[in-house]
Amino acid sequence: MAFMKITSPHAHSPGNTGDVMKQVILACIPGLVILSYFFGPGTLINVVMASFTAVVCEAAVLKLRNRPIEFYIKDYSAVLTGVLLGLALPPYCPWWIVAIGSASAIILAKQLYGGMGYNPFNPAMVGYVILLISFPVEMTQWAPPRPLLEGGQALMGPMAALQQIWLGVSVDGYTAATPLDVFKQNEGKLLLENMYREAPIFSNGSWAGAGFEWANLGFLAGGGYLLYKKIFTWHTPVSMLATIVIMSFIFYDGGSSNSGGSATFHLFSGATMLGAFFIATDPVSSAVSTRGRLVYGAGIGLLIYLIRVWGNYPDAVAFAVLLMNFAAPFIDHYTLPRTYGHEQSRRATEKQE
Amino acid sequence: MNQIWPLPGGVHPEENKAQSMQLPLGEISLPSEMVYPLNQHIGAPAKAIVAVGEQVLTGQLIATARGMISANIHASTSGTVSAIESRQLPHPSGMNGPCIVLTPDGKDESIDFERNENYLELERDELLEKIRNAGITGMGGAGFPTAVKLNPRDEISTLIINGTECEPYITADDMLMQTRADDLIKGTQLLAHLLGNPERALKRVVIGIEDNKPDAIAAVKAAAKETNVEVATFPTRYPSGGEKQLIYILTGQEVPSGQLPASIGIVLQNVGTTVAALEAVRDGKPLIERITTVVGKSLGTQRNIRVKLGTPIQHVLKEHAFNEREASRLIVGGPMMGFALEQDAAPVIKSTNCILAPSKQELPDPPPAQACIRCGMCAEACPASLLPQQMYWYTMAEDYDKLEAHNIRDCIECGACSFVCPSNIPLVQYYRAAKGTMRQIAIDKEKSDRSRQRFEFRQERMAKAELEKEAKRAARKLAAEAAKKKMAEAKASAIDATDSDDPAAAAVARAKAKQLSPEEQKGKLERALSSAQSRLEKAQARLAEADEERKPQLESKLKQAELKVQESLKKLKDLDLNGDNTATSNNTVETNEVDPNDPVAVAIARAKAKMNMDPREKLEANIESLKKRLGTAEEKLAVAQAEGSDTAAALQTGLEKIKGKITTVELELAALPQNSAKPETAPIEQDAASVAIERAKAKAAASASMSPEEKMREQVASMEKRLEKAKERLKKAETEDDKNVEAFRSATQKLEDKLAAARGELEALN
Ligand code: SF4
Ligand code: SF4
Repeated sequence: MAFMKITSPHAHSPGNTGDVMKQVILACIPGLVILSYFFGPGTLINVVMASFTAVVCEAAVLKLRNRPIEFYIKDYSAVLTGVLLGLALPPYCPWWIVAIGSASAIILAKQLYGGMGYNPFNPAMVGYVILLISFPVEMTQWAPPRPLLEGGQALMGPMAALQQIWLGVSVDGYTAATPLDVFKQNEGKLLLENMYREAPIFSNGSWAGAGFEWANLGFLAGGGYLLYKKIFTWHTPVSMLATIVIMSFIFYDGGSSNSGGSATFHLFSGATMLGAFFIATDPVSSAVSTRGRLVYGAGIGLLIYLIRVWGNYPDAVAFAVLLMNFAAPFIDHYTLPRTYGHEQSRRATEKQE
Repeated sequence: MNQIWPLPGGVHPEENKAQSMQLPLGEISLPSEMVYPLNQHIGAPAKAIVAVGEQVLTGQLIATARGMISANIHASTSGTVSAIESRQLPHPSGMNGPCIVLTPDGKDESIDFERNENYLELERDELLEKIRNAGITGMGGAGFPTAVKLNPRDEISTLIINGTECEPYITADDMLMQTRADDLIKGTQLLAHLLGNPERALKRVVIGIEDNKPDAIAAVKAAAKETNVEVATFPTRYPSGGEKQLIYILTGQEVPSGQLPASIGIVLQNVGTTVAALEAVRDGKPLIERITTVVGKSLGTQRNIRVKLGTPIQHVLKEHAFNEREASRLIVGGPMMGFALEQDAAPVIKSTNCILAPSKQELPDPPPAQACIRCGMCAEACPASLLPQQMYWYTMAEDYDKLEAHNIRDCIECGACSFVCPSNIPLVQYYRAAKGTMRQIAIDKEKSDRSRQRFEFRQERMAKAELEKEAKRAARKLAAEAAKKKMAEAKASAIDATDSDDPAAAAVARAKAKQLSPEEQKGKLERALSSAQSRLEKAQARLAEADEERKPQLESKLKQAELKVQESLKKLKDLDLNGDNTATSNNTVETNEVDPNDPVAVAIARAKAKMNMDPREKLEANIESLKKRLGTAEEKLAVAQAEGSDTAAALQTGLEKIKGKITTVELELAALPQNSAKPETAPIEQDAASVAIERAKAKAAASASMSPEEKMREQVASMEKRLEKAKERLKKAETEDDKNVEAFRSATQKLEDKLAAARGELEALN
């Protein structure tokens, strides 16, 4: 009688990569629900369209590459990329924006590098940045959050939304500046105190801008769930957020018109929490060791702050993440953990010097 | 409560320990055949000392240890030796190996075991001897000879008894601790006695048990009451039972990379081994049975059994209603580090702690691996704080430098990383392969280093020989020259006898140029030393991390490396001592005024000394040196054979050659006429050197009085003679296929040219 010859270990923990991805997708739900509550169905439609495009593109490329399509689609990584991109895009942006972004994320940033596990850059952020640079107008038009709507104006319904997305029938006046936009434009004009009082987006919000503050809280909750589930470790998000807080404290300067903004403002506006827990933690393109992830997260936090306050773009999560993706392999070389039985940690480049 | 240092990383697989603890410790029937592999342990295989057909009794020694790191093997039941042949081994390789096969007679008649209740009164060496004789090796899985571990060179401060049993499914140690707690404590005290006696620094004796075995903990704690044996418990987490991990958990110390626990004063023994050691000295009982867990859902009965070593696994399975069709695989050991067997004919051996026959639902076939998403769960799980995902990446890229820098050598192959990997990548398999390749690369590199060194030595030796020859030639020329000059002076003739370019001076200069300066020599030796040292270090490192079974081999290699370092050191010291007097000569030159710094003078002196030697002496010296070479060659061959090295054959032929040479020289010696045995009576004129000098003198004298034409003719004649000789030599060389043929040929050619020129000149003179 011959038995199967397999090397140890023979036991395996339950679950696979697809389950990990599904958990992350699941954790996006609170943020998505809050976004939909404040901004209408735009984001949800984005998410659906983006994931659909992503899966179609993935399947097409796999077919071209002669890979088993079902096996790879089942790892849910394409869906996740689509979901994350959809969450980041402005609601009610034209359908082709979503399609182009999602297709470039999957084809350019992922499959051209060898597919799952081999992409040096975060695909969703590559897609986002391509859109931001190519279509700046469409990409900077955010919908107004629910509290900002004038008396008679209702939140955009699904039908109107689809019309705007697919047919370009835009609803008049249905745009609003995001808190980060307002803040950027205020530079050198009003004291922060006054700006908070005068700009409706702030005056209608509680601490960091109507709608956006809650969306960020939603993503924070999702991130907490993932941490609890041990999908990733705390190192990247915590070090990223901590860096933002530290930078805010240093450059707050008491809230003058040139202030860098408060820590609460930075933590709960724009894509901070989405970035910290869903983008920066993308394992494939981040640093690997815990020490490396601390450095990596801090780098992202630092870059986000620098670009937001002194750069040309109101938000900077995508740029910051991509720049640190560049640095990740380098960080890895110098942040190996100390192995059992060794006095010190080594450098990965040791043998080549 | 004692302090516990929590294990970094680790995983918590489903324990699956309950199913085998439902039934009490069982026994099974005798099989129709017992199989005893000669190599059940780490180290050299034992040597069979029984013959086919021989009757043996239970407990009788059937194979003896070969060397220190090896172990005796005893029959576990009485019967007849039916074969000594190659059988399937319970080994990860799935290979066959030599085994003693026994047909039991069913009587199980035993030899008398020599009981001794007062064993603690015995001398330490006697106790160790008893443990060694009983063939006891590590029973937790590795199988290292226990007596060796109990006799460390380092000072031991802590003895740890490993009752962790962190692998899922296995409960053999649990059962042992529950049923034989008293013996475990006695055994522990015995080992402590061995390690702490006489007057050693043993401070702490601790039994470590994972907290998922409350019954065992209670039993052992009760037995340990009022002894100095400490019982430490800690949270269940795989792989707490790994040697290095348990040491960290209990002491907070880490075994330095590449070293043994003894280097930090710690010895670790498995609970089973501890009880076996006690049985060896108290009951005189050799290691012939053990407790093994038989578990898995494809079995009708799951339990622990006391099983006689050598029982085929097949038989064990049959006794437990094994359903072959349901089994997904057959594992020896646990599900984390055990190995799968392809055949069930292999026997239970000293280290078989578990036979696991899981059903297809229990341990299904592994799903296909997905891509690594670099999620880092493997790094979180790694107890050695490695980066498995990076190691996997560099294994795929075959970047061995990076793997080295990522400390792949410190991977204990526990499988925690593969266990958690959501992409189901069989990471450990990759590491094993990479480690194997890296070992091979290191071996190859060492080989090439060695042959390069050999080549350099050879070059040097050849240069030296060349130098000597040249010096001799120069000496002859000098002598001739001197004679010529003397003649010329004596005659006070006007003939200018010397050439403008002095060949002797040129030769001296050339010789000097070739001679290595003392600094250079020292440098070379130092280089050799440092390379030998680095090889030694490497060997040590390799030894430490080597698979246990390769240890003895490596150890002998290590010895060699050590010797080499010593030799190099000595040479270097000699060199330093001699200071500047590092002339190449190591012959005893009996000259009065030889300047040791002048290689030419030395060479002349040596040549003279050689000439002064009579042929008998010369031959005798020759034989002496040949015999010396024979001696070393024999040693080398022995080493090579012991190691099973593939150079053994080459060494053997070399040895034969040396032997052949010795016989020829001896024959020559015998053929020498007796009278030449008294060189001191021989007249000085017989001395070859003097003869040459005389001849040169005569020639010079003759040529001085000759006309140019006569001189020329003379020259041509002599050249013709030389040419003839050269041609002869060439022919001989060609027929003998000598490797110097080319040199001879070109020399002949040159002579021919010269002769032609001389003839031309002669023609012109006429
Ligand atoms: S656990 Fe598996 S998928 Fe995750 S980083 Fe490690 S090897 Fe890659
Ligand atoms: S097998 Fe090696 S790399 Fe994997 S967890 Fe164990 S020690 Fe770490």
